Amino acid sequence: MPEITYLQAISDALWEEMERDENVFLLGEDIGAYGGAFKVTKGFQERFGPKRVLDMPMAESAIVGAAIGSALMGMRPVAEMQFADFISCAFDLLVNFAATNHYRWGSPVPIVVRAPAGGGLRAGPFHSQNPEAWFAHVPGLKVVAPATSYDAKGLLKAAIRDDNPVIYFENKYLYRHVKGEVPEDDYMVPIGIADVKREGNDLTVITYGAMVQESLAAAETLADEGVEVEVVDVRTLKPLDEETILNSARKTGKIAIVHEAYRSYGAGGELAALIYEDAFEWLDGPLVRVTAPDTPVPYSPTLEDAFRPNAEKIVEALRDLATY
Amino acid sequence: MNLTDEQLLDIYYWMRLTRAIDERITLLYNQGKILGAAFSERGHEAISVGAAGALEDDDIVAPMHRDLGAYLVRGLPAREIMAQHLGKVTGTSRGRDSNMHGLGDLSHGIIGFVSMLPASLPVTVGVGLSFWLRDEGRVAMTWFGDGATSTGKFHEGLNFAGVFKLPVVFICENNQYAYSTPTSRQFAIEDIADRAAGYGFPGIIVDGNDVLEVYEATKAAVDRARAGGGPTLIECKTMRMLGHAFHDNAEYVPDELLAEWEKKDPVAQYENALIEREVLTEERRQEIESRVRDTLEEAQAFAEESPMPDPADLEKGVYHEPGCYWEQQVNSD
Ligand SMILES: Cc1ncc(C[n+]2csc(CCOP(=O)(O)OP(=O)(O)O)c2C)c(N)n1
Ligand SMILES: [Mg+2]
Repeated sequence: MPEITYLQAISDALWEEMERDENVFLLGEDIGAYGGAFKVTKGFQERFGPKRVLDMPMAESAIVGAAIGSALMGMRPVAEMQFADFISCAFDLLVNFAATNHYRWGSPVPIVVRAPAGGGLRAGPFHSQNPEAWFAHVPGLKVVAPATSYDAKGLLKAAIRDDNPVIYFENKYLYRHVKGEVPEDDYMVPIGIADVKREGNDLTVITYGAMVQESLAAAETLADEGVEVEVVDVRTLKPLDEETILNSARKTGKIAIVHEAYRSYGAGGELAALIYEDAFEWLDGPLVRVTAPDTPVPYSPTLEDAFRPNAEKIVEALRDLATY
Repeated sequence: MNLTDEQLLDIYYWMRLTRAIDERITLLYNQGKILGAAFSERGHEAISVGAAGALEDDDIVAPMHRDLGAYLVRGLPAREIMAQHLGKVTGTSRGRDSNMHGLGDLSHGIIGFVSMLPASLPVTVGVGLSFWLRDEGRVAMTWFGDGATSTGKFHEGLNFAGVFKLPVVFICENNQYAYSTPTSRQFAIEDIADRAAGYGFPGIIVDGNDVLEVYEATKAAVDRARAGGGPTLIECKTMRMLGHAFHDNAEYVPDELLAEWEKKDPVAQYENALIEREVLTEERRQEIESRVRDTLEEAQAFAEESPMPDPADLEKGVYHEPGCYWEQQVNSD
């Protein structure tokens, strides 16, 4: 199997889906000749033409609105937010229109909104956020956040073929920092299925996105200290694969939840509640969260390093938990 | 228009200072000293300086990422702007925000912007609303690009300002591109100024590379707003001379277009005009240049010597309370 970057995996998924289904088209800012701010769609306009790779005016609500409308007419739009942070400008269309449509009058809205998220790149408060929880709260939306090249490609294909609105959080830090094997044949990673990225009997880390790599690195350190950490990558935040999460929680009884997003009301709270509700008797210690604090994402390196969770901070939390 | 020679030279000083700092920021970025992204306003000096120069001290501005000159004219110290670019605690945002973002300081009448363009526009309308509600005779001004006019925020803000006849001046910097997107893919009209008619107030077009033309048009709009005549949209035609941000080499911009606009460089053009009018003598030019250099070098030295923010301060100041982080001095040594 060829090794490709996370970014290439996303690009390949889009390309193959556009080859497969002529109803798939892309819309976003600077995605055509320019190939997108991160070059995910470089070369797409040459291959698929300007009508399937639409350069849009700078107007996220118009972009998402247009995606919804064309999806209602049977097309399969994939909208790109230049940065996940700008998805807030389309919030209304997503949470009120796309999310509720099927429940209200039965017509599906098969859109995908790609949202390049995450920090660690000194990009400041408005080009670094992780707004997945804003959307995972909303009934009717699906929310995915892949951590590897394999999952990035497979989840994007699944998202495009899904009949529901899917918000696809791709992590900018992983774009070029992560490489992995990806099959050449068509495959999908089903939405709603978590993946145990590393097995272990002593502790469980439940995480997703960029924090999967950091958690795996932390698990290596703990392994050297004789503690075997299981790393569960939830991959899909909504709908959540409760079974995989609960199985791991019941197996180890000691759980850390790690995410890059702000702490309060983040995905960690939901994951913790799930475990307390359904795996309480198996717990051998308090749930621990390793997250960003409740501040905007700061720019300066000294502040951002203190802000963003990493392997070192995860190791610390895991060591405490191991000795509990 | 009756600007005195000293006023004309003052404008020249701000244009030169803006250009010098802009070039230094470019250099620092290329040297890897500025992390993340940074923006150049090269070619926009006449708009940022000319428009900001038309205001009174107690008016309020909300500039954006290509308005270095506006921040400077309003009195935001160059050293703070430089420190901000280096992520230092002595920067305006104390290392929390990047480049031109978050350069807010109400003691200079400046509202810092966020990336969600043009979020400052409806906010500026709100500033104008408060001036109108309290009948203060003050004026609010904001800047935004051609791309920003495609958003709901632009249209909602203009409509609101028009209905209430608020004392707001909207400065549009039409630099022909929004990132890689040319205006032909941004809107189906020729002139953004035409938008104003739909909201019931004047929209005018000026040469955005002619600082006196920008100044004059803005001054008239400011006077009208102050007198209760309502808002004005001023479209300044110009050209973005570098990439969107420094990482972008802007291959998509035709060389001829840049060459054509290079001839209209606002700083050189104004300098030549002042020399021709014998307002700018060689002696004055040198004197101004040395003031510019002093400010620039002092700013950079200050920024470089300043410390990074203390990680212990990370969570301070999310909320306001008496005596909080933003009411304390930062330790800058
Ligand atoms: C709402 C929103 N969407 C996307 C972006 C990403 N972005 C940053 S600047 C920019 C182009 C802005 O163009 P324009 O308004 O013409 O201003 P200019 O940079 O040309 O001065 C884009 C698309 C943004 N800042 N805000
Ligand atoms: Mg522009």
